[in-house]
Amino acid sequence: MTVRTSLPETRVKAPERKRALPPLLVHLLAALGAFAVIVVLTLVTDEFTNLRIATIGYYLIAVAGLTLLTGLTGQVSLGHGAFMFIGAYTVALLVRRVPSFPLWADLLLASAAGGLAGLLAGAAAARLRGPYLAGATLALAVGLPALTRRFPDFLGGSNGLNFTVHSRPSGVVGVIPELRWQTWIVWLSVLLALVLVVNIVRGRLGRDFRAVRDDEVAASLSGIAVGRTKILAFLVSAVCGGLAGGLQAFLLGTAAPGSFTPALSLSLLAAVVLGGLGSLWGALWGAVALVYFQAWSEDLADVLHFNTDVANNLPLAVYGVILIVVVLAFPRGIQGGFQWLRARLKSSRRAEGER
Amino acid sequence: MRSTGIAAGFFAAALALTACGGAGESDGGGAQAADSAVGVTKDTVVIGTHQPLTGPAAPGYSKISVGARAVYQSINDGGGINGRKIDYRVEDDGYNPTRTVEVVKKLVLQDKVFAIVGGLGTPTHSKVVDYLNTEGVPDLLVSSGALAWDNPQKAPMTFGYQVDYTREGKIQGKYIKDTFAGKKIGYFTQNDDVGRDTQAGLDQFVKDQAVVRQGYDSANTDVTPQLSALKGAGAEVVVCACIPAFTALAILAAAKIGYHPQFVVSSIGADPATLSGLLQDFAKRGGASVSSAQLLAGLIGTGYLPDVALTSDPWVAYFKGIHDKYIPKEPFTNTVMFGMVQAYTFAQALKAAGPDPTRQKVVDAMSSGALKGPGLTPFGYSKDSHSGYTGAFVFKINPDVTTTVIQPPAVTDRGTGAITPYSGERATPDQVNLLGK
Repeated sequence: MTVRTSLPETRVKAPERKRALPPLLVHLLAALGAFAVIVVLTLVTDEFTNLRIATIGYYLIAVAGLTLLTGLTGQVSLGHGAFMFIGAYTVALLVRRVPSFPLWADLLLASAAGGLAGLLAGAAAARLRGPYLAGATLALAVGLPALTRRFPDFLGGSNGLNFTVHSRPSGVVGVIPELRWQTWIVWLSVLLALVLVVNIVRGRLGRDFRAVRDDEVAASLSGIAVGRTKILAFLVSAVCGGLAGGLQAFLLGTAAPGSFTPALSLSLLAAVVLGGLGSLWGALWGAVALVYFQAWSEDLADVLHFNTDVANNLPLAVYGVILIVVVLAFPRGIQGGFQWLRARLKSSRRAEGER
Repeated sequence: MRSTGIAAGFFAAALALTACGGAGESDGGGAQAADSAVGVTKDTVVIGTHQPLTGPAAPGYSKISVGARAVYQSINDGGGINGRKIDYRVEDDGYNPTRTVEVVKKLVLQDKVFAIVGGLGTPTHSKVVDYLNTEGVPDLLVSSGALAWDNPQKAPMTFGYQVDYTREGKIQGKYIKDTFAGKKIGYFTQNDDVGRDTQAGLDQFVKDQAVVRQGYDSANTDVTPQLSALKGAGAEVVVCACIPAFTALAILAAAKIGYHPQFVVSSIGADPATLSGLLQDFAKRGGASVSSAQLLAGLIGTGYLPDVALTSDPWVAYFKGIHDKYIPKEPFTNTVMFGMVQAYTFAQALKAAGPDPTRQKVVDAMSSGALKGPGLTPFGYSKDSHSGYTGAFVFKINPDVTTTVIQPPAVTDRGTGAITPYSGERATPDQVNLLGK
């Protein structure tokens, strides 16, 4: 007890040093670990599965952005496909018109272009709420791709633009298949962006987001600038959308209006709900579901030899049914289901221990 | 701020990983050897296609692969081509270019197809041509009339199938100029290559008569504004370069506003049986009932395959036999037969590639120019041309939804060359003798 008075400062510092790693570094290390897992996954799977993994990657960042906006800040966006559209066309135009730009610059500019659009949309959105906001963002998703028809020579009209992105350094051509390399780049970009998103969500801004979501009046009474916070949420979310679109364009070598229909925006929102509203892990499950439910239900339709009209529409129907079932069973989505399961396991273990 | 420094280091390293050269510059990855036999085994040949089984182009076009599958089944039941059965994989892309890229990569990488046959759509297929040519995958009989497929230098593996939109536009334009001299003409076209290439052909003949040009996007099914504009400009003849759903929508929208021009419809959207089904369907959804026969009577269209109603035609009779045996529940439409002829033509090329087909041998067989079959105009295939059918005939829909040919087949080129009547002989199914030795 006598020691206590002598060195109080080191006492306080000691436990702090144990968790001295700053959160940004922790998240970066986690991202690095995740990237290692992805690399291993792509090495043990075939090239086409690599494409699916990469697809999950760009959907993940889009869904994560939307989760931040809808789940954390409480703003519904039915128009996130529009930000993907902007990102995709930015990459497409840069690759075609400025071929000497390196890929990372293209992707950064795609994110920036998405962010700029998000800033504008957010400025309008901060004044709207509920169904009006949903309607305004839906208009974005419907209207923006129509731009391509206004400027057919520049944006390629309904046909869109196609191009080939060369990302492999000459040293790895012939060593690493192109799709695998592309998958790595997609995931590296996605994980780096996620680090930033996680940092925002866990930081002060993230607390502001949640405060605005829970009660705008209370938030503004606590000194949070509600309007500015909402616009910032839109900005971050749109940057993610722009990056997702840019990565999609990079991966598939195409940007066409037919790929950015309102249905895309709706399925992104559905993925957010399915994965778990407001949870970044949920964004991952949502992205996996987007890619794999479609694939599985197509395989199912093939196996069952349905007549074609049924088989053709089965993937959509299955997706709908799964969405309804998950929301009924786990209102907090797949991630909510996992949490419930973990809680059950814990309590049963505790019960066993007590016995 | 140590952590910021570390973070910056990470980002810099990550950026460096992608920083080698410009994204739009070539990385020197060369084309693969075409002379491989991927997808060919002792007793099967795996081929694939991308089709709009759902989405805006599905009405009508989702039946093409149904027809093709029936032909492959009949070939397989007859012992296959040189003893190999054809394993036909159909992937749905919903007419969405992103999905097209995904499913084509799936077919090439996972299903390891020998060739892509009849990939449908201009906005969709144009996104995979580079990929297929780089990978050396034969890309045969594309279901679109865009000029882009006929480019043997840049896309040596890609071959067209249907008559291209410019050739067709020229034939339509000349017919209109001859028949409707002095009348006002309106264009109603899809806002992509279909519209652009068709207009390039039409304008060679009726540019002076064209008073109004309207376009549509397949994503927007309300075409009343365009039809009102056509009506407002007083167009007496409306050339419709539309997919089937939009021919039907245009006819319904015109009827709704009391506008009765003479429609002239491109082959892609002029199949009477498909149209009458769509008209009924769309009208019913709109809460009305219409007589599709009445709406279609007098409509002028262009085509290059014999009409399904012409049962005296040896090829129609042949395909009707396959239809009745394998897909009796499907209506036998020109769209179904489009798929059947496509499948048959591929089978001919596969046979011509010999007992040990390779990708290069199939491409050589296609460009040999020896393929003759059901079409009323010839293919343009040669060493220097990969264009499909080179001409069309003009027909009119009768009040009982059969058709009458009102101008016999004529052929032309994709440039400004003359249109000349074609009277070459077709080989009959017996002469082709696909399953014989």
